[in-house]
Amino acid sequence: MNHRLTKILAVAALLAATFLGGAFAQKLVIESWRTDDLKLWKDVIIPAFNKHYPDIEVVFAPTAPAEYNAVLDSKLQAGTAGDLITCRPFGKSLELFNKGHLAPLDDLPGMENFTDFAKVAWTTDDGATTYCVPMASVIHGFLYNKDLFAKYGFQPPKTYEEFMELLAQMKKKAPALAPLVMGTKDQWEAATMGWHNIAPNYYGGEAGRRAFLAGKEGFHTDGFLEAYKALAQWAPYLPRGYKAVSYSDAQQLFTQGRGFIYPAGSWDIGVFRQMNPKLNMGAFKAPPPAGATKSYISDHQDIALGLNPASKNPEAAKKFLSWLTTREFAELYGNALPGFFPLHNYDITISDPVANEFLSWRQTSEGTFRMTYYKLSDQKPDAETDLWTASVNILNGKMQPEEAAKWMECRLASWYGPHKHFASELNCK
Amino acid sequence: MRRKPFPWHITVFLAPAVIVYTVFMIYPMLASLKFSLYQTVEEGRQVFVGLGNYAKLLTDPIWNEPFWNAFWNNVVFFVIHMTLQNPIGLFLAVLLAANIRGAWIYRTIIFTPTILSVVLIGFAWKLILSPTWGIWFPLLDRLGLGDNEVAIALLGNESSALITLSLISVWQNIGIPMMLFLAALIRIPHELIEAAQVDGAGSWRIFWRIQFPLIVPTVGIVAILTFIGNFNAFDLIYATQGALAGPDFSTDIMGTFFFRTFFGFQLRPGDPNMGATVAGMMLLIILAGVLLYLYGWQRRMEEVQF
Repeated sequence: MNHRLTKILAVAALLAATFLGGAFAQKLVIESWRTDDLKLWKDVIIPAFNKHYPDIEVVFAPTAPAEYNAVLDSKLQAGTAGDLITCRPFGKSLELFNKGHLAPLDDLPGMENFTDFAKVAWTTDDGATTYCVPMASVIHGFLYNKDLFAKYGFQPPKTYEEFMELLAQMKKKAPALAPLVMGTKDQWEAATMGWHNIAPNYYGGEAGRRAFLAGKEGFHTDGFLEAYKALAQWAPYLPRGYKAVSYSDAQQLFTQGRGFIYPAGSWDIGVFRQMNPKLNMGAFKAPPPAGATKSYISDHQDIALGLNPASKNPEAAKKFLSWLTTREFAELYGNALPGFFPLHNYDITISDPVANEFLSWRQTSEGTFRMTYYKLSDQKPDAETDLWTASVNILNGKMQPEEAAKWMECRLASWYGPHKHFASELNCK
Repeated sequence: MRRKPFPWHITVFLAPAVIVYTVFMIYPMLASLKFSLYQTVEEGRQVFVGLGNYAKLLTDPIWNEPFWNAFWNNVVFFVIHMTLQNPIGLFLAVLLAANIRGAWIYRTIIFTPTILSVVLIGFAWKLILSPTWGIWFPLLDRLGLGDNEVAIALLGNESSALITLSLISVWQNIGIPMMLFLAALIRIPHELIEAAQVDGAGSWRIFWRIQFPLIVPTVGIVAILTFIGNFNAFDLIYATQGALAGPDFSTDIMGTFFFRTFFGFQLRPGDPNMGATVAGMMLLIILAGVLLYLYGWQRRMEEVQF
């Protein structure tokens, strides 16, 4: 009898050992909207992490981008959300932190590998607490077709004036090709690839943005107004029928070689490599106006990872988050997704030459993020959606730059405290 | 006198419809109306504000500007359907009722777009009119209109986008009035038309004196169906122009306005309470139209029914 019991126990122990040996001791689930990156996480990132921590199982479980916010909210409320949460920049993540759905991460080992600018999109307004580990930003600039440039003997412009001159030359020498490939139908490109792309050079990057937040500047003053005026000059150089050209139409036009210059977000690089691997692309940054001493680029924090305080494996989750701060992850991620640039302090090399060109601008220009994303879109009417409308109206010839700037400022001044004084100065109704 | 036993079998037959209708239509509608009387103050906490949301929607410039814009765009959308879709549908029905050869082929072809998915229709028309690959550009060049600002960007100009979308919708939905009119026309006793022919009446006269008066009830039904369909429309605009219903909200109708309000857009989270308020206004508008039809039209029609 005793003998049999020992036998049973031995078998049970053996079975348990096999199960535990086969499975991981701890399991982490990542919530994300990056459905496109599922394969990358499964085949590259998670195996690389498991080399250091073989006993932590990581599952990447993305939801479609358009549904992510809503799905995440309901999962968090129901207590079924994963251990790690991919953070949207600015308002959305701050809201989650304030509701207690994101844990503070200031003490996380490795956080010193990020500058304050890298962390700003996931830090409280007073700068005291950071609640997500920055992963990547996207940079704006211009892509151009190198073969077409060589054929007509064009050089990338250094100043905005040269840029406009170049566009005029293109229109004259190659009337069948579009000098600047962008449409206004989907609306966001006009604001994102247009205004946000070139405006930092006019309002002076971070300093200008802070002056704006403090109410010293408005959309209708100085550099901000100049940016609208600069954007308005694009209209004659956009493709034929640009008012009905959508984002994907513009991508097609450029990759098929039917236009010279494409106002881009860095994420387009990876897309274009797939759409037309033979396309010979080059890149230049948003050209500053002549005589400017400094140049600025839009370097927009886009994606980060935070810790769900309700996680059952917070220690394992923190190990994973710490690993995200390493050089190894930065190089892995930056190279797997050309156009998504790690926000770490390290000097990393990206193998894609065009993506590397974008990254090199961080050395020569001061970065700033899309200024309407922070605070200015917290209430209705939000500055970002208004910027879409205003930029499209300027390019479509419906509004003059001054008119658009005043319209936006009046709408913002209707609710944003520090700008209230502009409402009376501008005689807003 | 013995009372008749309660007719239980009627309850049994009614029950499935009553239950399904209550659970999936009446309850959500009432819940949504109730929702429009509240405002969310913080996570999960709702306070009763009475008709405050409706007052805000109609008086606050941030809300009433887009609301009236969407309303008037919707009126234009409806008027185009009433003046084009229904008369043309009637015209086609009369032709088909006249026993022309191969009528069933025409009937099938004209009805086909109606059964296609709106997403497909929207996508197909976007491709046709697309400046990059569409067949629209070569066509314009042939016609010498290649430089016309409006014609080259039909969906991108404020002056043309709403009309273009209305026409696409007319093209898609014309099969429905056509079928309804056709069914009514076929029901007209043949002797009436033959007698008129013997009396020497031409087709034009037969139509106005015999056919049209006899299908007037159907005209009313088609009108009210068009009205309800148009003020509930959303999908075609969303599929071709996106939730912002551009350019500059010139194609924004009640459905897209509701969508943005309820579900939010880009950086703005949705406001379910205001969304329910917009839905409440849509219900009110449609209710007003239907009541007008029932009391102003249907009642008079009962006298001419045959």
